[in-house]
Amino acid sequence: MNGWLDVIDGGLGNAIQDAGRYGYRHMGVAVSGFLDPVFAACANALVGNAGDAAAIEIRGVGPSFKVRQGPVRVALTGALSASILRHGGSRQDLDAWHSATLEAGDILKCGAVDGGTAYLAVSGGIDVLPQLGSRATYQRAGIGGIDGRLLASGDALPCRRLSHNEYREYRADPWQHAEGPIRVMSGPQADHFADGELERLLATPYRVTRDSDRMGMRLEGPALAHRSPAHADIVSDAVTPGTLQVPGNGQPILLLADCQTVGGYPKIATVIRADLPRLAQCRAGDPLRFTAVDLPEALAIQHRETERLARWQNGIGTYLPAGYLDEAALYTCNLIDGMVRAEPPIRD
Amino acid sequence: MTTSSYDTPRLLPLGDSAWTVEFARHIDPAVHGRVMALDALVNDARQHDPAFAGIVDTVPTFRSLTVHFRPDPDPLALGERLLTLARSTEATTLDGRHWLLPACFDADFAPDLAAVAERHGMTPAAVVELLCQTAFRVYMIGFMPGFPYMGGLPACLHTPRLSTPRKLVPARSIAIAGEMCAVYPWPSPGGWNLLGRTPLDLFVAGDNPPALLASGDCVHWRAVDRGEYSRIERALASGELHRQHFLSGAPA
Repeated sequence: MNGWLDVIDGGLGNAIQDAGRYGYRHMGVAVSGFLDPVFAACANALVGNAGDAAAIEIRGVGPSFKVRQGPVRVALTGALSASILRHGGSRQDLDAWHSATLEAGDILKCGAVDGGTAYLAVSGGIDVLPQLGSRATYQRAGIGGIDGRLLASGDALPCRRLSHNEYREYRADPWQHAEGPIRVMSGPQADHFADGELERLLATPYRVTRDSDRMGMRLEGPALAHRSPAHADIVSDAVTPGTLQVPGNGQPILLLADCQTVGGYPKIATVIRADLPRLAQCRAGDPLRFTAVDLPEALAIQHRETERLARWQNGIGTYLPAGYLDEAALYTCNLIDGMVRAEPPIRD
Repeated sequence: MTTSSYDTPRLLPLGDSAWTVEFARHIDPAVHGRVMALDALVNDARQHDPAFAGIVDTVPTFRSLTVHFRPDPDPLALGERLLTLARSTEATTLDGRHWLLPACFDADFAPDLAAVAERHGMTPAAVVELLCQTAFRVYMIGFMPGFPYMGGLPACLHTPRLSTPRKLVPARSIAIAGEMCAVYPWPSPGGWNLLGRTPLDLFVAGDNPPALLASGDCVHWRAVDRGEYSRIERALASGELHRQHFLSGAPA
C-alpha cells in the first residue's frame, strides 16, 4: 500500500529533484537534479532510501504537507527545521539530520532555509512518474517532478508507506562539506584569456551575487581579460555544471545543474564534480576562492568524498523520539541521547 | 584566429566529468561531418567496449564532440581512446534525416521579414523563396531543448541579431541571426529575426525521440498559407498526423 503526502503549501522555490536526467543532453535537455547530491543522499539515507531517490529540494520558504496515507518516514538535511503537528493535536520539532515518522493526518511544516539548499526525503522517495528517465524537475521544458514546475498546494506526492511503525528514528551528525578553496580544472578555453588571467582567478576571491538560480551564479570580482575582444566569443560548444564561463564584461558565470547544454562564452575553468555540492550551499555575498587541480587529483578527491559519505552513512544512529512514549519518562531516563547502533538503518 | 582545421584533433578537459574533442575553431560542414562520424563511433563503442562504459551523454556541436562521463572506470584512458578514434575519423557526407517542414510566412508570424528584406534590398517574397530553396544543416541542438542551430543560410541573407532582444518570442517561430537559422521550441526571450512559424512542435517530451531534429539532419522549408498551417496544426494536435510525416526521402 502506498503512502501519500498532500501539499498544503508549496512554499517558494521548492521542487522534486533526483540524481538528474542523463542521455538527453544532445537534444538540449539540461541534466537538472540535486544541486547538492550529498545533502540529498544524506536525507535519503536517514529514511532508508538509496541516495539518488527523488526528494524535495528546498531553496526558499519551505513547503507544508499533510499525510493522507501513512505511516511515512521523513528526514531533513541542510539549514532548515520543521515542526510536526500530530493529528492528535500535539506539536513536535523536527531538526535537520533527524528522521521522524508521520501518521495519516499529521502535518509537517518546513521552515525557511537559512541560506543554501536543503532536502526533505520521504520513505520510498517521491514516486511521481519519471519523464525522460528522471523525476528531476526541469522548469524550462516543463518536464519531471509535477508537470515540470515548483511544488504547489494541492499536489499529491506518492511515496512508500512503512509496513509498521517501529518507534525508533534515525539521526546523524550534520555532513561537513570540504573546506578551503573550490577546486577547478583549467580549460577548456583558458587560452582565450590574456596571460596571467587564470592566475588572477585563482588568487582573488569572487563574490556570489544575488543574480543566482539553479542555472548558474553570476560572480563578481576583478574582470578577467580575454586575449582580444574576438576571444570573448567562441563558436558555441558544450558546457556542463561547474563550468566557469566569462562573457565580454570579464565577470565569470558559474553554471549549475539546470544550465544550458551549450554556450558561446569562453570557459576559463571548470569546478570539479566533488565540489559542486559546496556551490549549492553558497549564499549571495559569499566569497569564493578557487584553486587548480589536475584530472588525477580531481578523481582522487572524488574517490575520497565517496568514501567519506559511506563512513557518514555508517555513523547513522537510532534514537527514541519524544511523542510516542511517555515523554516525561524519556526525559528523566535520558534515553534520547543514546546512539543505539552504529550501522545503517534497517530498512522497514 | 585561424579558420583551418587543426592538424590533429585536440582533447580538452571540461572539468573532471567530460572531454571535448575539438576538430577546428570555425563552422564548416566538413568539420561537422567529422564530429558526427566520431559521435557515431563513440556511441557504437559504448555498446560493447568497457572503456566507454562510463559515458552518460555525447553532445555533438559545430566543431567538437563533448563526451560526459562518470568517474568510472578510467577517465584518463577514455580520453586517450577518444583521441585515437577522433584521429581516425574522416569527414562524412551528410547522412542525417531529411525533413520537408511546413512554414507559414504570414506577416503576423514574421514581424522581422520586411526589415530583413529591406536590409538586403529584396522583396519579402524573394526572401521567402530563397529560404525555401535552402538546404539547412542542423549543426547542433542547444540553448533550450530541441532548439536547432541550422547552417546554410545564403550569404545574402546573413543578418545581425536585433539590437534589442524581444521579451517574448512565440513558440515555433522560425528565426535567423548571423549565418544561422533556428526555430524557438518554446516561448522565450530572444534576439533573432523572426521570419515565419512552423506548425510542428520542436520538442515533445512524450514522443520518442522528444526532439524533432537532431544534429546532422537536413531541413527544407515548404511555404504554406495560413489555412494549411492551421490544418496541419490541428491534425498534429489531434494525433491524426505525426511529426514523422514530414520526413522526406531525399533532398530535392
